[in-house]
Amino acid sequence: MAETFFLPQASLDALFAALAKDGRRILAPTDRDGRTELNPVASFQEVAADYIQTILSAKEAAFPKVERLMTFTLGAKAVDLKDAEPHAEPTVLFGVRPCEASGFGALDAVFNWDTRDRFFNARMEALAIIGVGCTKKDDACFCTSVGGGPGSTRGSDILLTPVEGGFLAEVLTPKGRAMVALAPGAFQPDPGLEKKVVEVPVAFDQPGLTRRLKDRFEDGIWMEQSLRCVGCGACAYVCPTCVCFDIVEEADAKGGHRLRTWDSCGGPMFTLHASGHNPRETQAQRWRQRVYHKFSYYPERYDMLGCVGCGKCTRACPVDMNLQEHLAEAAQA
Amino acid sequence: MTDTNIYLPHLMRIAKITEEAPAVKTFRLEFLDAAAAEAFSFETGQFGLYSAFGEGESTFCIASSPTRKGYIECTFREAGRVTASLADKEEGDVVGFRGPYGNRFPIEQWKGKNLVFVAGGIALPPLRSVIWNCLDLRDWFKDITIVYGARSVNDLVYKDELKEWEARPDVNLVVTVDPGGEVPGWTGKVGFVPPVVEALNPAPDNTVALVCGPPIMIKLTLPVLAKLGFPPESIFTTLENRMKCGLGKCGRCNTGSSYVCKDGPVYTLAQLNSLPAEY
Repeated sequence: MAETFFLPQASLDALFAALAKDGRRILAPTDRDGRTELNPVASFQEVAADYIQTILSAKEAAFPKVERLMTFTLGAKAVDLKDAEPHAEPTVLFGVRPCEASGFGALDAVFNWDTRDRFFNARMEALAIIGVGCTKKDDACFCTSVGGGPGSTRGSDILLTPVEGGFLAEVLTPKGRAMVALAPGAFQPDPGLEKKVVEVPVAFDQPGLTRRLKDRFEDGIWMEQSLRCVGCGACAYVCPTCVCFDIVEEADAKGGHRLRTWDSCGGPMFTLHASGHNPRETQAQRWRQRVYHKFSYYPERYDMLGCVGCGKCTRACPVDMNLQEHLAEAAQA
Repeated sequence: MTDTNIYLPHLMRIAKITEEAPAVKTFRLEFLDAAAAEAFSFETGQFGLYSAFGEGESTFCIASSPTRKGYIECTFREAGRVTASLADKEEGDVVGFRGPYGNRFPIEQWKGKNLVFVAGGIALPPLRSVIWNCLDLRDWFKDITIVYGARSVNDLVYKDELKEWEARPDVNLVVTVDPGGEVPGWTGKVGFVPPVVEALNPAPDNTVALVCGPPIMIKLTLPVLAKLGFPPESIFTTLENRMKCGLGKCGRCNTGSSYVCKDGPVYTLAQLNSLPAEY
């Protein structure tokens, strides 16, 4: 059971200062150049006052766009290979939405289901999450259709919910309690605050969708839905749970680095064989893979969904594909 | 923090290069690090990721048999950036290797059975590992038949080993080349693999078939085997989907919920029939 407190808005700077003094970087949504994205902040005043979602996801804190896996120096008949240590800066993610906080679980499932990914794990260990529950939503939001909710505590170490004069703070994990201990004066006894969040209507029957996908593989809807998809990959790059990656070389004749970068199953190169054969050569097949991966293969393999209903893909799509609508259609008989 | 870097390859020295066919080479690789060599073992059917540092990694099977200790071999065709760079290497050069990855051929379950190998072109290497593994355990098996086809005589790989198998009384080797691919004095067959298999008419009883080749050869050979009475549970193949990690994380080898790199690359036809045909 979570311990609850009242966190007055006036105490947030004290909390931020205490976290900074402890050597932690604070990443929070800020409004810069007309975009709300996670950026390092020093005070609560810098945090965006009014936002539904950042455009990019918080996953970058644990799974960066580009990450060095190793370094090599090339000599005559010799290679000097150096392991790369993960650069895991102690970080607090402040103000991420409950959907995004729960997205790290889907990344963890892949990075650690068999062998353990040191780079991801080191960053997760150094990461603490202070989520903020949602009092606003937009048409792209569908967390309640995929087992989440605007006040869900899953994935957060502390979940804040806006109340008059500050926040109701639910302290959920040892990492959360450690943050409270750093700023003991900031958290006041909970006078019995009511947790009020926005209502997000359920858009489709997800268990039904997952069942329905079992016999819908050869269906024409994947072609119909993806006809306007341009394969840009924006949906994957903004997704809090998309974990597929590429491994690439950045090198010259003397040496260089091996890097891991984000990738997307939406592009034709993703599965292209050296022979020229491509198991998923059409956009319809690649769109189907995206839906099946998240709503059929993930449940089968990891007993969870590969989607948190944040709606970032829908907001980012340049041709207005709407995941929630497409899933609702796919869930129907 | 106890996790190790699972993406870090072993450094291997190219001990020997064999030119197999136009643009096809075999590397024999030995570990630079004695402790890594000592700790290493693999089983037939498994694969690895081979590094040409500065260009990247490519996925190939381990083409040698686990019964031959102290080295691994891979056979590859020059097809892209990494394989072009590998092809430029000389004996004594250093490359990277991660593995072994994936599942294996369950050869101990085939004790007392006949084996029929069917391979096409550059897809003999994965079966070559199994063939030598089984020949080194020859007493375990009854009849061993190998059908190998290539576009032309020049495109046949492992030419010396084909002669060796040809000469063995305990191996029935049938080599064929596509029509027009023969040369004067060619004593093998001329024709595509599927009809050659059909004419050979191997008995399906107590027999395991292993099929590996280009998609079109597999596609046309499987119905022949079905017609001959081979049940899907007795037909094995190995997939080579594009991979980056080999560890069930990068996401590109997914075929349905199956990771080719973890649940494969070895599948029975019965297993493949339950997966989407995305390979």
